[in-house]
Amino acid sequence: MARDDVKTGYKYVGTRPNRPDGLDKVTGRARYGADFSLPGMLHAAVVRSPHAHARIVRIDASKALALEGVKAVVTRADLPTGLTGEDLNLQDNTLAGDRALYDGHAVAAVAATTPLLAQDAARLIEVEYEVLPHVTDVDAAIAPDAPVIRPGVADYSVPEGMHGNVARYMEFGHGDVEAGFAAADVVREHTYRTEATHQGYIEPHAAVGQLGEDGRGEMWVCTQGHWYIRRMCSAVLGIEAANLRVTPSEIGGGFGGKTTIFMEPLTLALSKKAGGRPVKLVMSRSEVLRATGPTASASMDVKIGMKKDGTITAGQVYFRMQGGAFPGMSPIGEALPCAFACYDIPALKHEGIEIITNRPKAAAYRAPGSPMAAFAVESMIDELCRELGLDPIEVRLKNGARNGSKSSYGPVYDVIGLQETLEAAKAHPNYSIPLGPNQGRGVASGFWFNHGGETSVSLAIGEDGTATVSIGTPDIGGSRASIGLMVAETLGIPYEDVRVNVVETGALGVNEPTHGSRATFASGKAAVIAAEAAIREMCKRAAAEWGIDAEAVEWRDGAAHPAGPNAGKFPPMSIGEIGAKMGSTGGPISGHHEVTAGGYGASFGTHVVDVEVDPETGRTTVLRYLVVQDAGTAIHPAYVEGQYQGGAAQGIGWALNEEYVYGPDGRLQNPVFLDYRIPVASDLPMIDTVIVEVPNPGHPYGVRGVGETGITPPLPAIASAIAGATGARIRSLPCSPPKVLAAIKALKKG
Amino acid sequence: MSKIHVTATVNGDPVEFLADPRETLLDALRNHLDLTGTKEGCGTGDCGACSVTVDGTLVCSCLMLAAEANGKRVETIEGMARDGLHPLQRKFIEHAALQCGFCTPGILVAAKALLERNPDPSETEIRYWLAGNLCRCTGYDKIVRAVQDAAAEMRQDHRGAA
Repeated sequence: MARDDVKTGYKYVGTRPNRPDGLDKVTGRARYGADFSLPGMLHAAVVRSPHAHARIVRIDASKALALEGVKAVVTRADLPTGLTGEDLNLQDNTLAGDRALYDGHAVAAVAATTPLLAQDAARLIEVEYEVLPHVTDVDAAIAPDAPVIRPGVADYSVPEGMHGNVARYMEFGHGDVEAGFAAADVVREHTYRTEATHQGYIEPHAAVGQLGEDGRGEMWVCTQGHWYIRRMCSAVLGIEAANLRVTPSEIGGGFGGKTTIFMEPLTLALSKKAGGRPVKLVMSRSEVLRATGPTASASMDVKIGMKKDGTITAGQVYFRMQGGAFPGMSPIGEALPCAFACYDIPALKHEGIEIITNRPKAAAYRAPGSPMAAFAVESMIDELCRELGLDPIEVRLKNGARNGSKSSYGPVYDVIGLQETLEAAKAHPNYSIPLGPNQGRGVASGFWFNHGGETSVSLAIGEDGTATVSIGTPDIGGSRASIGLMVAETLGIPYEDVRVNVVETGALGVNEPTHGSRATFASGKAAVIAAEAAIREMCKRAAAEWGIDAEAVEWRDGAAHPAGPNAGKFPPMSIGEIGAKMGSTGGPISGHHEVTAGGYGASFGTHVVDVEVDPETGRTTVLRYLVVQDAGTAIHPAYVEGQYQGGAAQGIGWALNEEYVYGPDGRLQNPVFLDYRIPVASDLPMIDTVIVEVPNPGHPYGVRGVGETGITPPLPAIASAIAGATGARIRSLPCSPPKVLAAIKALKKG
Repeated sequence: MSKIHVTATVNGDPVEFLADPRETLLDALRNHLDLTGTKEGCGTGDCGACSVTVDGTLVCSCLMLAAEANGKRVETIEGMARDGLHPLQRKFIEHAALQCGFCTPGILVAAKALLERNPDPSETEIRYWLAGNLCRCTGYDKIVRAVQDAAAEMRQDHRGAA
């Protein structure tokens, strides 16, 4: 339970104060990517391939450049050559080389004095294409007759004889799966499919870039990680990282999709060609859907053996995932370890391949790979539970991982909270509400590794005893508030006296993005350690004034105190008193910490959903939804709940509505929000949450990341609830009305 | 292409600007009037991030031409706080009804329009009224609660004043 309900002795941690950036965000003052402008700024537009796969024969920009007010055009010929590996992939995705690899692939960009003029100019850039054979479906791409779209894409891991579109192969496991299947009472085997979905952040990508002839530049950009932007733009353009200063704007959602670059280098390349004038580039929604994100689509074979008492004896998976036209982008390396991560099973075999298709270069999306894996494995476990008449929570309690379990992917779990989430779900009233006709209940658990990552934080004590914290992880969902609470708790000063700023690349060491559920964990941990360093210095200053040893001073309630009667009798010296005279007692007081943060602690959750399916139309209505997840310690419970609810909503969208629809021509058919339909307010009920707290020993306040696990269970939980309501098992997402209706009809025909 | 001279009232202030005939009201607010609180999420009227009121009617400003605003009274998020924050703004902060905050201006403008028509909306009425405003972060739970709480407070204040 959250600290709201259980007393823990913390003064600030576990409370729900207003977030410091709240006022800016409810008044329209907060500046997001597209809100930034500079004097003399130009506006850019991008020319994109209308073909899924085509050789670029010729690009003629002369008509565009002849327009008054058009200042620069860039094509691949303007970018440096000789890049390799992922840098080359990033460059290839920024601007197509000799071939356009997907519908929406950028081919050229133009900068002009107004946005409308830039769009007019883009239409005047003539591109001659020679259309090539394409493939967009993950299974079709490895059919014998599928065109090999990037010959030689396979890395060392791919065994001889596989299709030329296979880029990567993975395999691991433990125990004797054949013996395990032989020991089971029931062994079932099915194939499950998930379609690609988009992160769907409401803010389209936007950047203002400026680059001079001397190779020095600046960028203002909406991103989850501005050091990544710096590194990637520098690599693509052949400039030095230190010469590019990147400032993050407020960010209008990311969910993993803003951890990489798409069009950002174009602003710099255009700026340099336009004599160093700053260039703004804002994507349209259809550009976002056609050419950024999305996540992978997957086709997954699962085989599981279970005894009549619910004991899982063995599991085996073979996953096929496509991450677009570039190798290394599918989350196969995460999906396989996530598949059975919730369970302690004696024999497991995991195999998987990454497949190249003519789709956009996939980006991370909230717990990359885990939702697909959960859809396959958790659906199969639910099928076995229904067949054997077993309670799905009891089966998960029986087989679920515990403290000290060896995980399915190798490491031994330290202190984890899966069992606690299952117990809390079982005890929740939602689990025993009687169901009506055409209604069904689904249960699923989910997992995410969590992440620490490169982290650098500074903290400075003000002359008035306040604290300024500089962090490098953009605040997407309230992390300024959670980090401020932890620093206030550590320093013993009011939350309002701590200001947390997200600072630019010149102000700190390298920080990884806000990704992997790491911001509150890693930046928070570093901020606490930085605060402790400042406390040590403040104790030293007090000790010097009192003429005693620094070790004889202790810090509590925002003040230095003599530690015990032997240290001498002095009145406490407050942080304000120490700050006021720090200039004459040794200079500014600050704390700093940088680390590749470990100890992040695995995340588990369990969801329970009730749905009603209209037997006439196949439409599914979510009646009630429960998220139970372990937060370690909920620093700001309201924003923890928000992560749970938001993750569930995205998972519900993935389960019921969302999918990338490609036509036979290889073009994306639904690149607008009207047709790529994310859940709207009237689609959802209130989303109930239970915050389980099994403190993470790897964090000073017990924090575990909470951002990602919540998107994972909805996919299987909803499909299982639909199975409960209709008897029909949907093994291919989304569970759209036509698909559910067809399944109901097929069942009736028998 | 010749520009069109537009005069209008925005958040009570008189404004004038020259609009390209193709520019939307959203373009004009953001690019000519520096009112960047109104957001573009889609440009096709599907996401509601650009919600404003024009002569009291809730519209997607991306679907209205700037020239059509001539002589009209436009209200945006920047005009919502008058004597301090509007109760909706305050309740959105208190309820943590925003995460990234990008959809927030549009949702606040739309919710204000709802409460002006219906001071005591049911949860279902709130959900259907806001169905044209996409939020990808929150799952809408805390947004609906914040609107309910603001409505309750406004009804209380209204009764107090009467």
